[in-house]
Amino acid sequence: MDNHSTTPVDPRVLARMLPFFSEDFGNAASRSHAFGWKAEAAVEAAREEIAKLIGATGREIVLTSGATESDNLALTGVTDFLASKGNHVITQQTEHKAVLDTCKALEKRGVAVTYLGVDKYGRVDPQAVADAITLRTVLVSVMLANNEVGTLQPIREIGALCRARGVLFHTDAAQGVGKIPFDVEAHNVDLASLSAHKMYGPKGVGALYVRRKNPRVRLTPIIHGGGHERGMRSGTLNVPAIVGFGEAAKIAGAEMPAESSRIQALRDKLARLITAELDQVQQNGHPVERLPGNLNLSFAYVEGEALMMAMRDVAVSSGSACTSASLEPSYVLRAMGVPDELTHASIRFGLGRFNVDEEVDHVARLVVAGVKKLRAMSPLYEMAQEGIDPASVAWGAP
Amino acid sequence: MEYGSRVLEICENPKNVGAFPKSAADVGTGVVGAPACGDVMKLQIKVGDDHVIEDAKFKTFGCGSAIASSSLVTEWVKGKTIDQALAIRNVDIATELALPPIKVHCSVLAEDAIKAAIFDHRRKQAGAAPTTAPEVAP
Repeated sequence: MDNHSTTPVDPRVLARMLPFFSEDFGNAASRSHAFGWKAEAAVEAAREEIAKLIGATGREIVLTSGATESDNLALTGVTDFLASKGNHVITQQTEHKAVLDTCKALEKRGVAVTYLGVDKYGRVDPQAVADAITLRTVLVSVMLANNEVGTLQPIREIGALCRARGVLFHTDAAQGVGKIPFDVEAHNVDLASLSAHKMYGPKGVGALYVRRKNPRVRLTPIIHGGGHERGMRSGTLNVPAIVGFGEAAKIAGAEMPAESSRIQALRDKLARLITAELDQVQQNGHPVERLPGNLNLSFAYVEGEALMMAMRDVAVSSGSACTSASLEPSYVLRAMGVPDELTHASIRFGLGRFNVDEEVDHVARLVVAGVKKLRAMSPLYEMAQEGIDPASVAWGAP
Repeated sequence: MEYGSRVLEICENPKNVGAFPKSAADVGTGVVGAPACGDVMKLQIKVGDDHVIEDAKFKTFGCGSAIASSSLVTEWVKGKTIDQALAIRNVDIATELALPPIKVHCSVLAEDAIKAAIFDHRRKQAGAAPTTAPEVAP
């Protein structure tokens, strides 16, 4: 149940990919023989499927190695190309590190970056975006859906105000595309980062949507070479992965309505089963405006990593510092104002296409048993039972 | 992160989880760490007239390594004199549990918890008022 981290490749996707490793191994850039033509045709068909899923045209899809590269290309490429127009980028604090770390790198190159705060649900206020725009602003980057808490950002409103102010709008759509409706026209998006492996396609392939008209977006490439992808991203195309990405996009487009309501029902059932048995469970993220498969819960007085250990055969993730190499708790939950002790106590469940009802029952049982066991050995729970609020205690400095 | 087998084993079946009455004269209580840091250990020792630790209990809010470190030290201090218990070093705990560098602070906390519990016991023996507040921070 860690489908926000990655998803398994759908067997239908794998079946479409396999021939392109063996008999149809051509280079899509080879113009002189049938191997190349066949590979190129397959890539172009995939490109159309990817474009269709987001309401774009194939010529607006730049294929990359994944959403991280797409974020890098969007932010670095646009700010570089528009350096004569301005040097200011607006983003927000709960973005993926692919955006935040790229912004940090841009700051070293003299670009000014505004990191907007979010409300307790993790949403950025469109008015705050409008207020932050200056004459020097060249790009606004706000994600479609958050990878930790599932909160959906008001990107339609942000897109509209950026359009009105003549500022380009990029969205990291990796977590949302294929799960919720996303349309570059309806949402007024100029650039969008996509990833195949978040939607049951293979890892190592993604795309950047780059709008071609109204307005035409131009950017400086970050990878130079043979001029592939209309000069925006050089490098021989990963044909099997791209074919898989196309098939994954096609399946997602066709099955999204039924699939998202099924997954949401499973997610809601999981939340119901857990909260029926346990008190002092806080749900993180927006109650309604969230990804259908996302459930992020904080179990007061229980440390997230210990809980993950207690349910070891289940794959989930935690905002606890102990799970990160840096020993820092989740910056997303922190930005939302979640106290550190509840951030350490958080677990992210990400339900997906291949989860079934029985798994929800099983996981709920493990969570309930794990939390009860750990609370029984938690000095904080003991204090709370004795009527002492652990938050009122003067704890020593770390 | 992959856990070592000792940590997994102890977390499956931790020893000496529980509590003694804090106000008892022969009980020393040490609470170390902070919820905001993700680790709080409460270690209690019951000390006989001969300065031998007869029993020990713990409760821990923290990751698997923190739970394993606390469980381990409750086992280690039992039957030891106060002075022997004071000689337990975090390195011994980290080595026994094969803690990776990023988890060594859990063993430091466990050593601090022993010291805090012994300090509390000594204070009680010296006639000072029993304490309920945490003593030592790492």
